[in-house]
Amino acid sequence: MIGAHDLGGKRGFGRVLPASNANAQGSDLVEPLFHAEWERRAFALTLATGMLGQWNIDESRHARENQAPQRYLDNSYYETWLVGLQKLLHEKGMLEREELSALPFAASVEISASSSNPQRSRPITEAATPAKAAALIARGGPTLLSDSRKPKYSLGALVKVLPMTQAEHTRAPKYVHGARGIIHAINGVHIYPDANAHRQDKDRVVGETLYTVSFARAALFPQRGSCGDGTETASAKEILKSESTNQGNRVIKESCKDRVFVDLWEPYLTHD
Amino acid sequence: MSNSEDHDHTAPPPELELRVKALESLLIEKGLVDPATLNEIIDTYEHRVGPRNGAQVVAKAWADDKFRQALLNDATEAVASLGFMGRQGEHLKVVENSNDVHNLVVCTLCSCYPWTVLGLPPAWYKSAPYRSRAVSEPRAVLAEFGTSLPDATRVQVWDSTAELRYLVLPKRPTGTDGWSEAQLAALVTRNAMIGVEVINPPEIDEANE
Repeated sequence: MIGAHDLGGKRGFGRVLPASNANAQGSDLVEPLFHAEWERRAFALTLATGMLGQWNIDESRHARENQAPQRYLDNSYYETWLVGLQKLLHEKGMLEREELSALPFAASVEISASSSNPQRSRPITEAATPAKAAALIARGGPTLLSDSRKPKYSLGALVKVLPMTQAEHTRAPKYVHGARGIIHAINGVHIYPDANAHRQDKDRVVGETLYTVSFARAALFPQRGSCGDGTETASAKEILKSESTNQGNRVIKESCKDRVFVDLWEPYLTHD
Repeated sequence: MSNSEDHDHTAPPPELELRVKALESLLIEKGLVDPATLNEIIDTYEHRVGPRNGAQVVAKAWADDKFRQALLNDATEAVASLGFMGRQGEHLKVVENSNDVHNLVVCTLCSCYPWTVLGLPPAWYKSAPYRSRAVSEPRAVLAEFGTSLPDATRVQVWDSTAELRYLVLPKRPTGTDGWSEAQLAALVTRNAMIGVEVINPPEIDEANE
């Protein structure tokens, strides 16, 4: 899905505010992880209910991303987690629509009418105990499959990313669609998110070879800090100008040497 | 990704506090969530998993070349040998900075981050400005962290689009010859392991000279 979450290369979001939630010394290690109690609870509830095994990480990402673009951009980070969590709880038959509507601030989440026949993917087991939760966190969810298929592309091969317009889940960011790159690494066969986010049969796992593909930054973003002629990055210049710090008149040049590496599955690629 | 996420945390919306509280009660009542488990999860990420893990990995790589080689070869296994493994660190890659190369990590699609070695990501890492610009104008982004690199250094940006999680191995600062791993680890910052900063040589404490 090419949604508002697909932010790479987009303009207009302004400068990064590295120390916005650090303490007075700017120490990165004492920055609060959560900025309100509800964020802490939303985080823990998401992990704890995820441990019931009713959905996978790709379904979870899709539930967060599949919001109206203006809503996605307007939500804070954990608001989006909360939206995703409530959608999944409903879609997987764990909470009825009426139960969600009865909670305060019902307008904060939209449960679409099309998901009115929730499908329970597996019988719901008991809530994870603290010991089980610790074990699940320590184990994680590896996505590498034991599958000895031969990769279609070899190291150093020139590839092109297919242009994609699909409405369903994908992990190919828009800024590489149609772009040419070089196979930098072959990472084995990993669970394929495009299938995993929409799978009907919980036990049928689809894997595809996962590559790391290297792109020239200047080719992906030719209008941003074009290289060779010393052209500065316009947006960076504006940003720095608007700063009240001593960075005032510095002009930041991007470089034609710089590379962007993106992890992409085999079906996203074709021979160049 | 709104401004409220990045700038203003003084007044959380009371509606969200109420809704999350009510959702939590409902899930507990239905037996879907064990309240003790919520505390276990929060305690894990607030107190046990964080950037000190990554700093230990980096310090060991600086001090022990065999470990450094193992780390670059198979980071998941090398990091697991120090006891760090699990969720959001299932498949780790370590990318090494040098005079020629500087690495920077981002997740343009969401907030993928190596939890086992760095803990949960900071707000700026999840924000729209960082996610949108790290790939298109990395040097401008670095400048916003006060980091400027020589023109001759190549910036390599790693967009974490899959389940591979990237950790930057920063350049060891000069003036640290003979330092212990513990001393070295104290120099390593989270931001350097994401790649938005470099680690400066330690200031010489003249009182101890």
